[in-house]
Amino acid sequence: MKMKRLIVILTLISMFVLLFGFGASAEPFRVAFLMPSAINDFAWSQSMYEALLTIQKEMGKENFEFVYSENMFVVADAAAAIRDYASEGYDLVIAHGSQYGASLSDIAPDFPDTSFAWGSTANVFADLGITNIFAYEPFSEQGGYVNGVLAAKLSKSNIYGVIGPIETGDAKRYTEGFKAGIKSVKPDAKINVTWIGSYSDVALASEAAQTHIDAGADILTGTSQMTVGAIGVAKQRGALWFGYDVDQSTLAPQNVVASVDVIWTIALKPIIEMIQKGERGGKIFTLNLANGGLKIVVNEEALVGKTIEDIVKGNVEVKVEE
Amino acid sequence: MMEAIIIGIAKSAIRLATPYLYASIGETIGQLSGVLNLGVDGVMLMGAFSAFYMVLKTGNLWLGLLVAIIVGAIFGLLIAFINVTLKAEQGISGIGVYIFGLGLSSLLFSTMVGTVQTVSGFSPLSIPWLSNLPIVGEIFFHQNILVYGAFALIPLAWFILNKTPLGLSIRAVGQNPEAADSLGVSIVRIRYFTVVLGGMLSGIAGASLSIALLNVFQQNLTNGMGFIAVALVYFGAWRPTTVLTGALLFSTVNAIQIWVQVHGINIPSDFTLMLPYIVTIVVLAAMAKRRIHPPAALNKLFERGE
Repeated sequence: MKMKRLIVILTLISMFVLLFGFGASAEPFRVAFLMPSAINDFAWSQSMYEALLTIQKEMGKENFEFVYSENMFVVADAAAAIRDYASEGYDLVIAHGSQYGASLSDIAPDFPDTSFAWGSTANVFADLGITNIFAYEPFSEQGGYVNGVLAAKLSKSNIYGVIGPIETGDAKRYTEGFKAGIKSVKPDAKINVTWIGSYSDVALASEAAQTHIDAGADILTGTSQMTVGAIGVAKQRGALWFGYDVDQSTLAPQNVVASVDVIWTIALKPIIEMIQKGERGGKIFTLNLANGGLKIVVNEEALVGKTIEDIVKGNVEVKVEE
Repeated sequence: MMEAIIIGIAKSAIRLATPYLYASIGETIGQLSGVLNLGVDGVMLMGAFSAFYMVLKTGNLWLGLLVAIIVGAIFGLLIAFINVTLKAEQGISGIGVYIFGLGLSSLLFSTMVGTVQTVSGFSPLSIPWLSNLPIVGEIFFHQNILVYGAFALIPLAWFILNKTPLGLSIRAVGQNPEAADSLGVSIVRIRYFTVVLGGMLSGIAGASLSIALLNVFQQNLTNGMGFIAVALVYFGAWRPTTVLTGALLFSTVNAIQIWVQVHGINIPSDFTLMLPYIVTIVVLAAMAKRRIHPPAALNKLFERGE
């Protein structure tokens, strides 16, 4: 019995020391991050993970901590995790996906001292009187437009293939931009769009890429993590690829011409500053080409390589006026 | 024009069917001996990762395939040990194996590879003479070696199951284990054999994705294919030939829905995406009239009466 009581007392003492002993030093900023896929998905989730790493590097590990949960594609699981994180006292809970909105609007009012962020969306639920939710939204169509202009300049067949997940949100905006970019250069372009109905079906994405190439496309693009299957096909069959979310050129250095890199720090940094000043939410952050939230990463190996190859093969004739 | 459409769709369908064929035939043989294995998807993921990793490190495709088979066999042994030796409830333990395979393959990928990369997988291999046949040559005989393997597996499985003493023993163990046991057939040995073989085939199914059809690995690469493979066994009424029909039907409708979208035929994408599932439901409903019984001892424990 005595032994047990001693252990209890020792535990209590150590808890007090932990709670108050270090209270003097500054608390780190703590972020919890939930994502539908994985931190190495080469797309949506990875881009946010990289942004958090960048911020951690800048602020220092002692001042910025973050934890994450991967594969939260079941919204009910995500909702449970959001609630857990909120009750553990994180300063900011990022629910990285437009499918998490309804859960957030349920949970956020129960944790007025915690801030939440989600996207892609422009909805902070102000109409419900909620004040502790931030929203972020990339203007993907701007990046898509730039990719489209580049694609139109490089295409020989003037047939293009888009492999999208589900016709909504980011994917839809990017696709509309890509189409508009191509049409601005070549109004008679043929742009075939496939929606494969999934963010993660790599096999179907790969087959869609095969079908696009069979239909004459020499340029492919698409969004979400399933596109790695399509990039594999582009590499195998010598088509060019335009990426989104992260720089995808390492996957196929000779095929990926350019990628739209989403720089989430443009939204995250002001969110963190606002929270540190005591504000909890209510603001929408857009990511676009003007504020540096979208960046076009051109892979010179593919672009220059393709241009040289065109000249060597005689596809392009460089005329000199006498 | 019509010819090009048929060739395009059929080529797609045959590629898409390949992983299902390996996994479904393996599951068919296992179920015929009385073992329901719902862990197929997990084993496929482990096969896909191990093959991908070997090819990434060594560049040797055959070594990659071999390692996928070995990893599949190890998982098969695990499943057999749980189901046959420990006599666990088959459905639940299968889900356990699936989650284990999903988790382990994701963990190994994160720690050993880290980021998505591509490899050069098996490239299409044209079969001399046959590949020159009109239409059929273009559809069937310009595929990679693992596609040929999947289709060769169907007659092979049919022959073994229906024309050999081994096949008879497998079916006897699945229909009436007591009678088989009394005739001196070892229930345990047969079930270990079928489940390990099923594991190997699931391993190849995974490898057919990661080093032949897709040439990448990503967490949860199979995206639930293993479960569709199990469904195809029921669809195919435990017969290799009808399993083939089911796999081809499902993948053809998938190929058609992609084709319809690529060629800009004006049907909403939401509708075309429903097609494979609508067709599956319609066919299943039509088949419900057939009198098909699963192996009598499927998902049942065998306790030898002393």
